[in-house]
Amino acid sequence: MSVLVDAKTKVICQGLTGRQGSFHAKECMDYGTQIVAGVTPGRGGEQRLGIPVYSTVREAVDATQATVCMTVVPAPFAADAILEAAAAGIELIVCITDGVPVLDMVKVKAILADEDCRLIGPNCPGIITPGACKIGIMPGSIHKPGRIGIISRSGTLTYESVFQTTNAGLGQTTCIGIGGDPVRGMNFIDCLELFEADPDTHGIILVGEIGGSDEEEAADFIQSEVSKPVVAYIAGVTAPPGKRMGHAGAIISGGKGTALEKFRALELAGINTVRSLADLGSAMAEALE
Amino acid sequence: MDLHEYQSKTLFAEYGIPVPDGHVVSTSGEAREAATTLGGELWVIKAQVHAGGRGKAGGIKLARSIEEVADYADSLLGTRLITHQSTTAGLPIGMVYVEAGSIIERELYLSLLVDRAQEAVVVMASAAGGMNIEEVASATPEKILAEVVDPLAGLNSAQARKIGRDLGLIDNQIDELEEILFKLVRLMLECDASLIEINPLIVNSEGHIIALDGKINIEDNALFRQERLEMWRDEAQENSSETEARKHSLSYVSLDGNIACLVNGAGLAMATMDLIKLHGGEPANFLDVGGGATVEQVTNAFKIISANTNVEAILVNIFGGIVRCDLIAEGIIAAVRDVGVTLPVVVRLEGTNVGEGRELIVKSGLGIEPAKDLTEAAQKAVKLATRSRT
Repeated sequence: MSVLVDAKTKVICQGLTGRQGSFHAKECMDYGTQIVAGVTPGRGGEQRLGIPVYSTVREAVDATQATVCMTVVPAPFAADAILEAAAAGIELIVCITDGVPVLDMVKVKAILADEDCRLIGPNCPGIITPGACKIGIMPGSIHKPGRIGIISRSGTLTYESVFQTTNAGLGQTTCIGIGGDPVRGMNFIDCLELFEADPDTHGIILVGEIGGSDEEEAADFIQSEVSKPVVAYIAGVTAPPGKRMGHAGAIISGGKGTALEKFRALELAGINTVRSLADLGSAMAEALE
Repeated sequence: MDLHEYQSKTLFAEYGIPVPDGHVVSTSGEAREAATTLGGELWVIKAQVHAGGRGKAGGIKLARSIEEVADYADSLLGTRLITHQSTTAGLPIGMVYVEAGSIIERELYLSLLVDRAQEAVVVMASAAGGMNIEEVASATPEKILAEVVDPLAGLNSAQARKIGRDLGLIDNQIDELEEILFKLVRLMLECDASLIEINPLIVNSEGHIIALDGKINIEDNALFRQERLEMWRDEAQENSSETEARKHSLSYVSLDGNIACLVNGAGLAMATMDLIKLHGGEPANFLDVGGGATVEQVTNAFKIISANTNVEAILVNIFGGIVRCDLIAEGIIAAVRDVGVTLPVVVRLEGTNVGEGRELIVKSGLGIEPAKDLTEAAQKAVKLATRSRT
């Protein structure tokens, strides 16, 4: 079992004809993901990577019955692309694009609130169910089918968590990179709910970072709703206030959103935390003993 | 990207939000002319720097004669202003804003910001204007008024008028505030601001509402569609290494420590800083070279971190994803050679072809120290930084 995506998932790629879109769609297909069509406005009728390109998501969905969309379009067009996919009945949108203006995402979230559609990202590595389905830009080779669910706001920290759980022999059920933007689609809690309900997920790794209060909310949720062992790590203990640390969402503003506050909230909720990134895999293995 | 007060007030004026008359100047002669043009008997001379707390730091002066205006402008221009929000080096005062003085009846606080939890723009206001709003928020949160701007429907009249009433405004003032709020919401959305702060927003002696200060931050991700505002950028107010890094699409933040970091990915870059601290060292910077870690990016990154004279060791931490480690290692070696890095360099590589990558590092003859994992990398960097100091 896994959450959200598996070997049967049919995926279309928005931006398939672009350099990034082509490159990553091919990587996903090589991994075994069923990418069945691409969408680029005005390019309908073309072929790319041996699959058809459509001008609209609606046409691609009608032709392929795809339910998931991987969005790899330039930032100025990302909000429109997400809304188009949602309106066309896509159930899960995975938006990889980095640099989407936050006010665009504010509007997107308000519109998606009335749609039966989940969004992962933007500014994220995507989602992968090892051995079955990779939708995103993560290196497939480090993953291993197994029993840990991973949720992270950072791409490379997701890879570190994957690498360590693979080396510890635990493997992963599904890994979800929720993205580094301040306003984004699925959050820790949405993913925690799914992993709690998935019988094959035995433990959960949660990787947060400075900025906002999502980790604090996740801590409350875990305390009351999650029975499985959780190991958490927060990046940015040494980050200075008021400076954006790469990710648009990684900023301590008005003294709020520090890593120490988040560690404290998680620890108060009785959750295992590690202060060194290097300890994630071993702490998870211990928690499962 | 921060705007100066005078730039914020230019936008306010364009949107019809009342501000005092003023001119931005860069010499005392221009200051004299500006004060003469403005007329009246009271002028305010305000240092234009990207930091709050200017008043307490001596960056805002009240002048009662043209001579005083010129003297104050002269004393501020060309100096650096150190406020509680700036670094200890302070910020250069290249311009001052000469403004007509206002008689203040009441000082209010008003801001609009993108609230992450609400996923919307929120208007915040307080009757305790002029104060440090963070202190008000933590000591007496009930004194902060907040209204959420619906992302689709916008701010409505009832919300705007409620803020006015709760601030204790009366009659025409409530109407004026309502107008100002609608205009600010429009400015926020059209200019992609992530923050607009007016502290203080005043009621003047004639009972009118005026923005006496203005602080606007434009969201970096939206600068591609805010070309005019991007031209308003004042690089003199920014850390020169950070500006240089931005030009190379590197994400860099300068810190006070002595161990430089060069990392791919923002999260891993923060985690690397934290590891250095955890093992007893102090990070000199945050630096994300991007997921691909190309030769060009790594070379630019080495140049920027080597330019910091506090740096005594460099820790390179790359998790090779889709890019293979041997290619990344070649890039690191080329960069160390090209830039002529003489500081000790520790490299932790992980990912595809890691064995080949490490071998290239060892064989390079450049004295680059390979590390087998994260912990060893941090420990080695801390040790090398300490050693080079003694």
